Order: sequence, then C-alpha cells, then structure tokens
Amino acid sequence: MSSTTLRPASPLPWLAGTLAGLAVWVALYSQLVPFSDWAVSLLPVDPASHLGQSLAFFLYDTPKVLLLLTLVVFAMGVVRSFFSPERTRALLAGRREGVGNAMAASLGIVTPFCSCSAVPLFIGFVSAGVPLGVTFSFLIAAPMVNEVALGLLFALLGWKVALTYLVFGLGIAIAAGWVIGKLKLESWLEPWVLKIHAGTAELPEVTVTWPDRIRTGLDSVKEIVGRVWYWIIAGIAVGALIHGYAPEELLASIMGKDAWWSVPAAVLVGIPMYSNAAGIIPVVEALLGKGAALGTVLAFMMSVIALSLPEMIILRKVLSVKLIAVFVGVVATGILAVGFLFNLLFA
Amino acid sequence: MKNVKVLGPGCKRCDAAVQMVKDAATKAGVEVTVEKVTDYAKIAGYGIASTPGLVVDGKVVHAGGLPKAEDVARWIRA
Repeated sequence: MSSTTLRPASPLPWLAGTLAGLAVWVALYSQLVPFSDWAVSLLPVDPASHLGQSLAFFLYDTPKVLLLLTLVVFAMGVVRSFFSPERTRALLAGRREGVGNAMAASLGIVTPFCSCSAVPLFIGFVSAGVPLGVTFSFLIAAPMVNEVALGLLFALLGWKVALTYLVFGLGIAIAAGWVIGKLKLESWLEPWVLKIHAGTAELPEVTVTWPDRIRTGLDSVKEIVGRVWYWIIAGIAVGALIHGYAPEELLASIMGKDAWWSVPAAVLVGIPMYSNAAGIIPVVEALLGKGAALGTVLAFMMSVIALSLPEMIILRKVLSVKLIAVFVGVVATGILAVGFLFNLLFA
Repeated sequence: MKNVKVLGPGCKRCDAAVQMVKDAATKAGVEVTVEKVTDYAKIAGYGIASTPGLVVDGKVVHAGGLPKAEDVARWIRA
C-alpha cells in the first residue's frame, strides 16, 4: 500500500477488549440459574402450576439463548473474516467430484455471503470452472449448516446433538452435490448461464488485521442478533406455552418415534415454510421435552432452513424448473434419511 | 470525474453501497457518476462472486458485503 495508508492501529486494545468481553460473558452465563431462580421466586404464581412452569422456562431460556447466540455469532464472524467467496471459488475451480464436494460443503459453512448473492455466486462458480455438483455442495451446505441453528442446538440440546447436526448436515451437502454431479445436469441450466465467461479481475490484496477480524465479529453480532432476537423471544414464548400446557401423550403420539410417518410429514410441512432457525429451535426444545422424537424435529428444522421457497425463486433465474426439482428431491431425501437415522440413534 | 459501478442484483446492501459512494463523494468534493449494474452476466464478467461489488474507473476494488467508509473515501480520491 502507498503512503496514504494510515498507520495500523495497535491490536492490543482490541485483544484486551475482547478478553474483557469474554470475561463479562462468562460471569453473566454463570449467573443464569441463580438469576432465573430469583426471577421465578418473585412471581406471584405457584411454580408447580402450568403458568408457573411456562414462565420459569421462559425466564431461564431467554437470557441463556441470547448469550450463547451472541458468542457463537461473534466467533463465526471472526472465522469468516478468513474466507471470501472469491478465494473459495479459486480453491474449488477444476476440483474433481468427491474431494471437491467435501471441500465445497465445508467451505459453504464458513464462507460468508448474503442470500441475495446466491445467483451471482452460482454463476461466478460455474463459469469459473467449478463443477456443477461441487457448486451445489457449496450452495446446500451454506444454509443447511446454519451458525444460528448450530449455536442454539448447542445451547439447548447439548454438544452431541449440535455435532451430529453438523456432521449430518455436511453429509447431506456432500452426498446431494455428488448425486447432482453424477446426473450430469449441466444442460438443465438456463442456457445463457453456460455462455458467460467470468472475468478474472484480481481483487487488490488487502491486509486484514486482528482488529479488523474482531470488528467483523462484532458487526455480525449486531447484524444477526439484531435481526433474529425477536424471533428467538417469540420461539421461546411458544416453547414455554408448549412446556407448560401441551398434553404429553398427544404430542408423543404425533411426533414420537413410533409414528414412522412423522418424519416425511415433518419434511413436507417444513419445505414451504420460511422461517428463521432462531424461532424454531426453542420450539423444538419444548417439543422434545414433551416426547417428540429428535429425528422428526430435526428433519422439520432442516427442511425449513435448507429448502426455502424464496431461495428457489431466486435460483430459478439460473436453474430450470427440472433442475430445481432434482435439487429439492435430492436434499429432501437426505433430510429424510437423517431424520430416520436420528430416531434410531437417539432412541 | 470518476465513474463508479456498484455491482449487485439490487438488494438492500447494494442500495446502501450506492449511498455510501454518493456520501463519500459529497464529503470529498469529488464529482462522481454512480452506475448500478444488476445484470448477472455483466456482474460475472467482472470476475467477482459476491455482491455488492465496486468498480472504480473500470477497476474492481471491492467484492462481498458493504465496504468500509474509509476505503470508499480512499478509492474515490485516489
């Protein structure tokens, strides 16, 4: 860079600030149980009553989820400052199927891009020589393994469930992309897409410093938590109602693992729904507590966040209806498989 | 006279990027024409994969997300 560049700020205040922030976070988190006990004891209702149980659920979950989400989104923001779609594309260009699918799916989780970038990104990848199936692995993994969902699952259901979700989400993205690649559906792209030749404009090399990365993390907290907090509170409120009032036998019989049809039903209901992972997972937690099967609720959650109608409408610009149908079919099949498998594993 | 192109399908961020360029130009007292490029084929032609992207006098300077205000100011003054 030329002499116009400002003297780089010392990273020390930023790092110290981050450490202080983490210390405050830990202190707050350690007070969750005493805080909610104290808040519940102030309530003028019997803790054993339906209302008392609902309120206790709400008062404990709300601060917990918001705290954990803030941490996860911050960490994800910092991680994402190491990746860019342009670099990812260069890494994936010309990759063979198989390894390429696995790499694409993993990069799909950490590479930041906003949903309105899906089409330019798709074109940019395909026209730069990233195989179609590999591109799909990337595009499926990005929403499928959602950092908000991951953080909430970890917060509410523990690391085992979060890790299983991560592994199987990746698995679906890899397998679905691989299948789409094997089907050789390039001719089902909208014809103009294949005619595009992507330019190779080299972006200027920018040095990203640690203060920049921390700032990126804080920005994503502001943006993502700022956008989803009311979904979370609404979701926890619904979850609290279910927790306090829903009759257990009824839910267990509809969403329990004895009802085999509940997994496909959950996927079918989930596809046209467009909601936020943030609002759905607290509901999932409450349903699980009432005897719903984990595979069923996860299949529901995955189909809601990974297969959304608005995204398909956006992708329609570059994909033929047939190709979109294959995409939905392959991903839905993967989700079904995961749902059944979870119900077996977490019996 | 600088020519700035904002590459993007026209989402909220793209509009915000256009506004950033205009604000920076007013502040720096530089005359700038801002052009929005929404055609996907043209966007891909510039070689970027994430939007909004910024092209100043034919040169890609930024891709993916909102740029930093101080960078925008630097690009239009340079």
